Amino acid sequence: MTQPDNRLETGGCLDRSAPISFTIDGTALTGFAGDTLASALVANGRLRVGDSIYRRRPRGVLSAGVEEPNAFVRVNTEHNESMLPATTLELRDGLDVTVQDGIGTLDERPDPNEYDKMHIHADVAVIGSGPAGLAAARSAASGGARVVLFEQDFELGGSLLADPGASVEGQNALDYVASVRAELEAAPEVQVLTRTCVFGSYDNNFLVALEKRDDVASAEHGISRQRLWHVTAAQVVLAVGAFERQIVFSDNDVPGVMLASAVAAYVERWAALPGREVVLFTTNDSAYGTAHALIKAGAGVTVVDARPETTASDSAQETARRAGLTVHAGSAVVGVDGTDRVSGAYVAGLDDDGQLVGDAQLLACDLIAVSGGWTPNVALHSQRQGALAWDDVLAGFVPSARVKNQFVVGACNGTYATDDCLGEGARAGRSAAQDAGYPAAGSDEHVAESAEVRKTRQHNAVGEVRQVWAVPAPDGSLDTHFVDPQRDQTAADVLRATGAGMRSVEHVKRYTSISTGLDQGKVGGVNTIGLLTQVLSGQEARVIPSGQPGQDNPPEVDVAKTESGQPAVRPTPGTIGTTTFRAPFTPVAFTALAGRGRGDLFDAARTSPAHPWHVEHGARFEDVGQWKRPWFYPQEGEDMDAAVARECKAAREGVAFMDATTLGKIEIRGADAPEFLNRVYTNPFLKLPIGKGRYGVMCTISGMVFDDGVTLRLADNRFFMTTTTGGAAKVLDWLEEWSQTEWPELDVTMTSVTEQWSTVAVVGPRSRDVIAKLAPDLDVSKEGFGFMEFRETTLASGIGARICRITFSGELAYEINVPRWYGLKIWEDVAAAGAEFDITPYGTETMHVLRAEKAFPIVGQETDGTVTPHDLGMDWVVSKKKEFIGKRSFSRSANVEPGRKQLVSLLPVDHTLRLPEGTQVIELDARGGYTGEGLPTAPIAMLGFVTSSYHSQALGRSFALALVKDGLTRVGQRLLASFGGQFAEVEVHEPVLYDKEGARRDG
Amino acid sequence: MMVIPCPFCGPRNETEYAYGGEAHVAYPENPEALTDEEWAQFLFYRNNPRGVFAERWQHSAGCRKWFNAVRNTHTYEITHVYRLDQARPDGTPQAPLDSLEV
Repeated sequence: MTQPDNRLETGGCLDRSAPISFTIDGTALTGFAGDTLASALVANGRLRVGDSIYRRRPRGVLSAGVEEPNAFVRVNTEHNESMLPATTLELRDGLDVTVQDGIGTLDERPDPNEYDKMHIHADVAVIGSGPAGLAAARSAASGGARVVLFEQDFELGGSLLADPGASVEGQNALDYVASVRAELEAAPEVQVLTRTCVFGSYDNNFLVALEKRDDVASAEHGISRQRLWHVTAAQVVLAVGAFERQIVFSDNDVPGVMLASAVAAYVERWAALPGREVVLFTTNDSAYGTAHALIKAGAGVTVVDARPETTASDSAQETARRAGLTVHAGSAVVGVDGTDRVSGAYVAGLDDDGQLVGDAQLLACDLIAVSGGWTPNVALHSQRQGALAWDDVLAGFVPSARVKNQFVVGACNGTYATDDCLGEGARAGRSAAQDAGYPAAGSDEHVAESAEVRKTRQHNAVGEVRQVWAVPAPDGSLDTHFVDPQRDQTAADVLRATGAGMRSVEHVKRYTSISTGLDQGKVGGVNTIGLLTQVLSGQEARVIPSGQPGQDNPPEVDVAKTESGQPAVRPTPGTIGTTTFRAPFTPVAFTALAGRGRGDLFDAARTSPAHPWHVEHGARFEDVGQWKRPWFYPQEGEDMDAAVARECKAAREGVAFMDATTLGKIEIRGADAPEFLNRVYTNPFLKLPIGKGRYGVMCTISGMVFDDGVTLRLADNRFFMTTTTGGAAKVLDWLEEWSQTEWPELDVTMTSVTEQWSTVAVVGPRSRDVIAKLAPDLDVSKEGFGFMEFRETTLASGIGARICRITFSGELAYEINVPRWYGLKIWEDVAAAGAEFDITPYGTETMHVLRAEKAFPIVGQETDGTVTPHDLGMDWVVSKKKEFIGKRSFSRSANVEPGRKQLVSLLPVDHTLRLPEGTQVIELDARGGYTGEGLPTAPIAMLGFVTSSYHSQALGRSFALALVKDGLTRVGQRLLASFGGQFAEVEVHEPVLYDKEGARRDG
Repeated sequence: MMVIPCPFCGPRNETEYAYGGEAHVAYPENPEALTDEEWAQFLFYRNNPRGVFAERWQHSAGCRKWFNAVRNTHTYEITHVYRLDQARPDGTPQAPLDSLEV
C-alpha cells in the first residue's frame, strides 16, 4: 500500500497494521484504525470540504472535534445519515460518504436500525477523560464507589492524545492513559463508556448520554446502533475540556485555516500533516506547542503573535526563537492569499489599540493555524444554571459557583496546565466519592483550595492572552470576517444587528442566526460577544439587557462615555454575558430518542377480548385513547356511510350489538360509599336501591362537566361505576384525590376493574329476544326487568353474568358484563343467539349517530371544560338540595347570566350537507359582504360551534349538535354555518331529534 | 429529573408522580356563604413563589397516595415530604427527610 501524501512515517495513535478502505464522493481512499474521517482526509491531503450553505464559499476542515462547523458528510447506508461532522466520525472499513455541499437532506426511507435505552444509577459520573477526568475517575473509584466515566471520543485521553510526549506522573502520556484505563476497567464497580456523549444535564444530576455503537468494528448484527443512557448520579464531575477559538480576520474561512490545537491533534494523534509551510497566528502561549510539533514533523513554521514582543528567557516567544522559529510579535494575519486553499498569509503590525501598523507583507504558506484563546466548555454546567463569570485574564467564561453535587475540573474550569488538571481531578474525584458515601484513598491529603489560590494558579499557568475580536482588514471591510462559518455570518452581520438596535447577545443571535448551527456557538459564540464589546463600547451600560448567563451583575463595568468620548472602562464579554446553553450539547437523532418506541411499540395498544372477532369480521378500527375500538364493519362493496347506515337501521329496527368493554369501570366499596358518591355526582345517590343503576354526572369544582356514566349499586356498601372510555384513569384519580385529601374520614376505597370485565351491548327492538335466549333463567319481560335495573344470572353457557338495562341509543338495550376471561366467548354467543334475528355488529361511528339523534352528550366532544350540565340541558341531573363538588359554582353570576352557550341541534337546510365538526355558527346577516375569500374586513361575532355532525339514517337527513349562545331561546331560528370559506343556512332545534318522548326505551 | 422521596415508598423518579398544586389550601367551610369573588379566589388563585413552596403530589404510578412536599421552585430541591395528616414542618426544628416516620 502506498503511504498517503501527508501521513507521517511514524507516530500517532493508529494501528498501522489495520489499513481501512473508505470511499468519499466515489473515490476510494485508505486510512488506519484509529483515524477519524477527517484525519484520514488530512492524511490524504484533502482539507477542502463542501461549500458554505449561503455564500457558497470553499471551506475546509477547521477543527478536530465536535465543534466542527464546515466538514460535514452524509454517510451512505441503507438509511443515509446527513450532517455528520467528519471530525468525529470514526473511520471504519467500507465507510461510504458524500461530502455535504450546502444543507443536508433527510433520507425518507425508514431507518431499519435498532436503537435502545439504558437506565443506570451511579455514585459518581465523570464526564470527559482528559487528564482531569481520568484523575477524577481513578480517585473516585479507589474507595469502591460506582463510577461511570463518559468519553465522547473512541479513545480515552482527551488533550493527552495530542500531546503524547508529555510526561504524566512520571509516565509517557499515552502509557498513563493506558494504565488508568486498565485500572478502571479492572475495578468491578466502574464502567467506562467511550463513544458516549453526555448531551443533557438535568435536575438532580440526571444525565442523558448518547452512545454510538455502530462505529464498533466488531459490532454484531442485531445489536442497537445507538443507545441512549439515562443516568442518575449522586455526584457529577465535569471534566469536559475547552474549545479553542478561531481568530476573526479577512477571509478566515479559506480552506487551510485551521485551529492550532486541531493541527497539533492531526500531527500528534493521527500522524497526519495538514500543511508543510505553516503560518501560526496566536493571541496566547498555547499555540506554541503546535509550532514545536510541526517543526518536529518536518514542517516550516512562522509565528505571528498578536502580543507585544517579549524577550523574557522563559517566554514562549523566546523559547520559539531559540528553537529557530521566526516570531512576528505585535502582528496579525490580516488577510489570506488563495480561495480554494491557503497559499499565503498577509501579515501586518497590530498596535495596542488593535489598529494596523504599516503595510501587510505576504508570507507564502499552505496552512494558517490560529489560536484566539480558549473557551471553557461550560455547556453542561450552564444547563444546570451553574453560574459563570468572565475571567479577563483567562479571556473566557468560567464557572464561578458549584452546582449542588457537581464538580468542575480541568480546562472547563479554566485550568489549562496538565499537572493542575490532574490535581484538580484527583481532589474532585475523592470529594465526590466521599460525598456519595465512599471513603476514598488519600483523603487525608485532601485540602480544599480557595478560589483565590485557584485563580492565581490558573492565571500563572496561562500567561498573557490578548483579546483580539476582529483584526481590521487593510481595506476596512468586515464582510469576509467569518464569526460563524456554518451560518455564513460575519463581523459585518454582527454590525448589522447592532445597527438595527440589537443590544442583547440573545437578540444578536436571533437576528444573525449566529450560534444556531450544528455547533451551537462552540466556534463563534464568544467571538460574537467579544465583537459586541467593541461595537457597544461607548454605549451606556444600561442599554445592554441584563439576565444573561455569565453577565456581571450588577455591571462592574461602566461603559458610559467619559468626557473625552472614550469608555470609562473597557467593556468585557462579562458586560454582555453569553447566550443560554441548552441540551443537546451535540446533535442527537430523533430515532435515538425514540429508542424502541417506534411503530407498534410507540404506544401501548389496548384491545378487548373480542378483538380477534372484530378483525376477522373486517372491522375498521378507531383509536380511543389507547384502545383500538371497532369503528364500523364494512361489508363487501360498502363505504363507511353505507356501513353505518346499515348498522343504524339494524339497531333501530332489529337488533345490533357493540363491544362496550372499553368503558371505564371502577368498583367502590366502604360503609360511606353512598355518601361519597352523593358528594361526587351532581345528582343524588344515597337512596339508590340495590339492583338498580343511575346515570350520573360529575363536575369539576368550578362546575364544569368532568365525566358521566351509569353506576350500579351491587350491595349496601358496594357500587360499580362506569366512566367514559377515555376518562377512566382521570376519574379514578379524581375519586382518590377527594377521598384522600378532603374526605379522609369517609370509609371508602376504589379500584379500577376496567380490565376485569368484558361488556357487550345488545341494542334494538329485538334485543329482548336475544337476551331471553342467552339467559333462560331471567325474566326479561318489561315488567320483570325494568329500565336501569340489573340482574345477576347464569347464562345458558354456564357463565355468570351481570346484565343491565341501559341504553345509549334510546332503543331497548341490554349490557351483558362477564369476567374478562369469557369476553370473546360471550361475544360469539351473542352473535350466534342473534343470528336468527339478523343481529348486526356495530362500531363507534354508529354508536355516535344513535346517541347524537338522542342528544346524549359525549364528554370531551360536546363538552370542553367550559360546559355545565345546565348548558347541556340537563338541569334535571343537578340536585338543588344536597352538597356536591361544583355546586357553589352553579350560582356564580357567570353561570346564571344569559349568553352561555347551550346544546341544541342544527338541521342544515340542505339535507345532504354534513357540517364539519368545529364549524362556526353566526347570525344569518352577520356575514355582510364577506364572501369567504381571504379575511373579512372586521371580525364576525361567533355564536357557537358544531360539536357533532352526522347523517341520520332514521331521519333521512344530516344533522348536527352545537353549542350556541342562548341556543334554547333560538329554537326555530335560522343561523349561518361558516366553514372553510363556505356558508350554509341551518335551523336551530331542540337537542333531541329522534323519539322525543322516549317511547322506544322499553321496546 | 427530580427524584422525589415518597413518604410511603421512598425515593422514586419524578415520572412516577403527578403534581397537585399548592398544599394547605383549605376547602371553604361553607361555600354558599362566600361571595363570587371569594369563591373565585379559592377556585383559581394560588401562590406561585420563587423559592420554598409547600405543594401536593400524588405517587400516581406507585402507591397512589397523596402527600405534601416542601420544594424550592428555583432549585427544585425538596427539603421535606410529609403525610397529609402531618403539619407542615416549617420553622425550626424542621423534620429532615430521613427522620420522617412512616
